[in-house]
Amino acid sequence: MDSAKRLGRRLLPQFIALALILMLIWMVFPAFFSLAIQNGRLYGSLIDVLNRGAPVALLAVGMTVVIATKGIDLSVGAVMAICGAVAAASSVRGDPLVLTLVLAIGTGLLCGLWNGFLVSVLNIQPIIATLVLMVAGRGIAQLVTEGAILTFNDPGLIFIGSGAFAALPMPVIIWFVFGIAVAVLVRRTALSLLIESIGINRRASTLSGIRTPVLLMAAYMLSGLCAALAGLIVTADIRGADANNAGLWLELDAILAVVVGGTSLLGGRFSIIASLVGAMIIQAVNTGILLSGFPPEFNLIIKAAIIVIILVIQSPKIETAMTFFTARTKGVDKAEQQTR
Amino acid sequence: MNQKYLPLIATLVIFVLAYAVCAFQYPNMLSTRVAGNLLTDNAFLGIAAVGMTFVILSGGIDLSIGSVIAFTGIFLAVMLQNTSIHPLAAFVLALAITTAFGAIMGAIIHYLEMPAFIVTLAGMFLARGMAFVISIDSIPIKHPFYATLKTFYYKLPGGGRISLIGGLMLFVFAVGILIAHRTRFGTNVYALGGGAQTSALMGVPVGRTTIMIYGLSGFLAGLSGIVYSLYTSAGYSLATVGVELDAIAAVVIGGTLLTGGAGFVGGTLVGVLIQGLIQTYITFDGSLSSWWTKILIGALLFAFILMQKGILFVSRHRRTHA
Repeated sequence: MDSAKRLGRRLLPQFIALALILMLIWMVFPAFFSLAIQNGRLYGSLIDVLNRGAPVALLAVGMTVVIATKGIDLSVGAVMAICGAVAAASSVRGDPLVLTLVLAIGTGLLCGLWNGFLVSVLNIQPIIATLVLMVAGRGIAQLVTEGAILTFNDPGLIFIGSGAFAALPMPVIIWFVFGIAVAVLVRRTALSLLIESIGINRRASTLSGIRTPVLLMAAYMLSGLCAALAGLIVTADIRGADANNAGLWLELDAILAVVVGGTSLLGGRFSIIASLVGAMIIQAVNTGILLSGFPPEFNLIIKAAIIVIILVIQSPKIETAMTFFTARTKGVDKAEQQTR
Repeated sequence: MNQKYLPLIATLVIFVLAYAVCAFQYPNMLSTRVAGNLLTDNAFLGIAAVGMTFVILSGGIDLSIGSVIAFTGIFLAVMLQNTSIHPLAAFVLALAITTAFGAIMGAIIHYLEMPAFIVTLAGMFLARGMAFVISIDSIPIKHPFYATLKTFYYKLPGGGRISLIGGLMLFVFAVGILIAHRTRFGTNVYALGGGAQTSALMGVPVGRTTIMIYGLSGFLAGLSGIVYSLYTSAGYSLATVGVELDAIAAVVIGGTLLTGGAGFVGGTLVGVLIQGLIQTYITFDGSLSSWWTKILIGALLFAFILMQKGILFVSRHRRTHA
């Protein structure tokens, strides 16, 4: 009960922001909250936000863990393209669905292993280590698709992108179940503590007996796995692998989702759930701008404005100033607790 | 020999070797025409990369330059199309805007103590968004002054020509090298890259230097945008996507340490030229697909990072045994 309350307090700013944005959209587009069931599926703008936000939400799960270790993974967009290309190529060859999925996910894990190796064993700065794959990744994806857009017709693979289960689109179910599963796995074990300790001080963590290289590698592999799932969804959605555009600049959206979710880029404390809410905030903004008939040109400016506002709120300097002003009331709180 | 020159020398050797291999296969690569075009085609990247070198030397990163280049291009195109303002005045205006833009990012990074990565990411979105708001079309620039500027070039023996923009890039590199090694600002940049706290204790004006570094990067990105608009004779808000990555790659391949504090502006020129050379080779070959460029640049990037790690390791090893 106590932990649920703490989670609620942690997520409060994100939920307020999401609610505000949804309200704003609702004011300019009153039909926003209306849902309808057709052919056994839910339809509506809200479902659309959940569905379209799937790739960024998935990427944000892995990105949160990587950022918590004081790292960053710039390669996820390119890894999405590689995994999508591998899946499409395998499907075109006529491989069974299971093999296609295993290949795509294996590729994602391999990319993550490579990034993790560079960061943990060779000790390369994460930005640069993952930049290598970001630059080369799209080239590799094009190598797999041989420069063309590979289209496929496997109904099983297409189901991942546009199918529905229990009236909800598959991508929504995938990111929701995966995100919650990872969050529970990390929070209910000592993993979150170890990850945060690496992010705060890697050397001290190693000296106190944490297997830093293994954990770092696992973090980047998780990010690779998330990228593979996101790549599968995007590829299955358009029924083809587009090496040039699949996941283009999504790494930035994913990082943004994590930052909006309140996880510091300097590593340490993190919340996967908050990042998922952050991903939904970003998608709500995107969808909202489209629905409201606002020129899409303003999309990026609004995004930039949101980042700046969140930056200002999270800035250590502002925080110090805020603590200075609220010190009195807080002091009273503490004194009260102590007397209890 | 001084160890700090090792990465620079390695880059130079690789460039010369690569050029030799290319020239061996295609003797025409040795012509001054190819050399001249190598400068012209990579002029905008080179100029932007000088700014990126300063940013990385100081231990930061600037993701906004590709968007700023596109913004400058579309800004110039629309200004010249809709007003009767002289291009030179428009250039000054564009440079003022981009310099202020960079300086504001620097101020946010310093005063709000935010990571450069996320601040310049916001700058990247903002500049690209501003470019979209100005116009989403590709607008040609037909001003006679542009045609005049294009007629300025220095003819090399053998028919090659160093165009105005190619020459400008070399000039910017020369000035960049001077600033980095012969001015107080340059020394401050290196000191900042060595450690912000240490340099502050040594009396480096951290705030002013940070703002100047990002202002300089913004200025050079604006200049690069002007060069790009001269190069393409058009402004397009979707142009130069991802140029910041090419610039970062050029800086790393040029031997600058990504943790900041060590490296050379001159190395970045070689880094830019190596990337240009790969592209030229692929054009000459004709059968290789363009995606090999990306894979090769990625591989080179990896090789240089490894080499830097190796040098660091060796020098530390020696120091402990000395």
